[in-house]
Amino acid sequence: MKSSLSRRSLLQLAGLGSLATGVGALTGRPAAPEPAASPAMNHHARHAMGAVGRVSTETFDPMSFLRAWNFSDLPEQERGRFYRETPRPDGTLLREYELFAVDREIEIAPGVFFPAWTYNGQVPGPTLRATEGDRVRVNFVNQGSHPHTLHFHGWHSPDMDGSMPEHQVDPGERFVYEFDAEPFGLHLYHCHATPLKRHIHKGLYGAFIVDPRTPRPPADEMVMIMNGFDTNFDADNEVYAVNSVAHFHMADPIAVPLGQLVRIYLVNLTEFDLLNSFHLHGMFFRVNRTGTSLEGQELTDTLMLCQGERAILETTFRYPGLFMFHAHQSEFAELGWMGLFQAGEGSHAT
Amino acid sequence: MQPETRKRWLIGLLPLALLGGLVVLILRTGLADSVRGEAPPLEVLSFQKVELSPAGIAIEVLNDGPDPIRIAQVQVDEAYWAFTMKPAGELGRLGRARLEIPYPWVKAEAHAIRLVTSTGITFDREIPVAMTTPRPGWRFVGLFALIGLYVGVIPVALGLLWYPLVGRLGPRALGFLLALTIGLLLFLLVDAAHEGLEAVKRMPAAFQGLALFVFGISAAYLGIEAFGAWLAKRQAGAGAAWVTALLVAIGIGLHNLGEGLAIGAAIGLGEVALGRLLILGFTLHNTTEGLAIVAPIAKTPTSLSRLLLLGLVGGLPTIAGAWLGGFVYSPALSVLFLALGAGAIAQVIVQIARGMAADRPLAESLRSGPVMAGLFVGFALMYTTGMLIQ
Repeated sequence: MKSSLSRRSLLQLAGLGSLATGVGALTGRPAAPEPAASPAMNHHARHAMGAVGRVSTETFDPMSFLRAWNFSDLPEQERGRFYRETPRPDGTLLREYELFAVDREIEIAPGVFFPAWTYNGQVPGPTLRATEGDRVRVNFVNQGSHPHTLHFHGWHSPDMDGSMPEHQVDPGERFVYEFDAEPFGLHLYHCHATPLKRHIHKGLYGAFIVDPRTPRPPADEMVMIMNGFDTNFDADNEVYAVNSVAHFHMADPIAVPLGQLVRIYLVNLTEFDLLNSFHLHGMFFRVNRTGTSLEGQELTDTLMLCQGERAILETTFRYPGLFMFHAHQSEFAELGWMGLFQAGEGSHAT
Repeated sequence: MQPETRKRWLIGLLPLALLGGLVVLILRTGLADSVRGEAPPLEVLSFQKVELSPAGIAIEVLNDGPDPIRIAQVQVDEAYWAFTMKPAGELGRLGRARLEIPYPWVKAEAHAIRLVTSTGITFDREIPVAMTTPRPGWRFVGLFALIGLYVGVIPVALGLLWYPLVGRLGPRALGFLLALTIGLLLFLLVDAAHEGLEAVKRMPAAFQGLALFVFGISAAYLGIEAFGAWLAKRQAGAGAAWVTALLVAIGIGLHNLGEGLAIGAAIGLGEVALGRLLILGFTLHNTTEGLAIVAPIAKTPTSLSRLLLLGLVGGLPTIAGAWLGGFVYSPALSVLFLALGAGAIAQVIVQIARGMAADRPLAESLRSGPVMAGLFVGFALMYTTGMLIQ
């Protein structure tokens, strides 16, 4: 009954149309479809996308992870247990780190717990930061249930690579990695025990920043590691994020200064998906791929990175207010990889 | 109490008392936990109902596993989405909850719902074609009644119009007709059993769908057998033929109840757009059911009011089924009604076969040419008209 009605109205439309505007109306559709959801509901839906609830930040706080390196988020006394600096005759530093692998359940979205393998109990692992030419010594203890390693990106000898079967550190064992920090840039470290995919996606990775001898200009700096979690073992991520917690910075925006340089150390450690990306709303940023030069290579608002790729992004917020950032893969964004900057409130410039 | 009686009670209750003690022991000592070891929790979640409304998507879930489940997040079409859950918190074994998700679904398109538990395990449900779920209201009460009328009541009534014809048939033709009826019913039996077993698969494991199905068949079979015997005794004057016809009508009525349930549920769940072909198919299919009802009373004069009664008993349940299916659908209900229909039909087949055989052995009565032809034609008729509705 309904279809005959709409056909009649279509005929009427066509008749009028041919008189008035020619053939245009012939392509007109029959009766407009009734909306499935009410306008009120659509309005509500604008605020409905996103994980529900808040995670506990007691054991891991994404906000403090953002701007912490060399355990700077720990109280001075405790920090000394994990990080020590010793000046060397040539003016460089010996930087010593205590890293351990341990199994730990982490909260990756409110109420969703992931049986992770971690460095020092956190995912991503602690950010290590040295200056070009420094000596880096990492005392690694495996307290986990499987063999693990530390595999650094950067110049080092093959026996420090943590990648071959003989490099695997068995549970309860230890190994000392030692090398010079070079070249300057943004690097990473991760476990290279096999099966590689599982050791990485379960959480064994972190950022390794090597500063140039002449420091980069002062800026509000932060580390963002794009990652994902396969919670149901289907080789596909159920949760995407920067720094592990889905939609964390949607509820807790990152405060950034207005008119001052902001520098983001962006690393892609997503497993299973070939690519991830970073998109910033309302502004552009300068991209410095792998951070190995002092000038950027391009100005853009969307950057694509392969697994293990990284870049230093620099920008200055012109306008106060909220600026969204997220993966431009909409699926990743809606599954957790999305956040907000709050420009102009509180300054973290160094 | 006599000492002897007391002794019997004691002996009878002793094992039960010991069993109670054992249960307490298992619960108190954590014996079961030590057997279980470090096995991770086993999470099984069953979707009971999905409803679409202008306010969004509502789903009802049931914890079908042995361990508690905590639903932490909801994804719709690969996006985390707001939701409210009642009751909130942990779902114990066989615990139920209703989730309301304010998702702007798109009419006639497909959507995927994924529930993420606290351990990251996911449970998926697809909405193949999104349509507003009918709510109990006069419009749908009327619509379902109309559908029931079309596919149940009218076709059965049309079939009854053959009554004057079957009365004029000779014994061979009548044998053919009764056999045809058995053929029709055999097809319905296969159909009901198939549908029932399919519905069993959709039930939560805890409800043991197959056991429920077998129980339903047996209950209907024995119930109608007993009802038939009671009726025959009470209405001795009316004759066995009338009783058989009434039982056939009841059997077909129960079957049509299941059929109506399936149609109502399909519309309610948005799984089917009841097309012209489907209505036509059910109409043709069910007209043959009217024939099955009048065949047993071919040689018995029957008043118009009684004929009308038979028609209503056979056809009306379709409407009731459509209402049930559309408004209070549950897989368990569906299994139960399909089983009742199957059991009733099985009994009716036996009833007609008994009547045909009279004093002869059953095998002998089935062996005649017209009877074999009737069985075949009946089944083939249903098979062919059935093609329209599959």
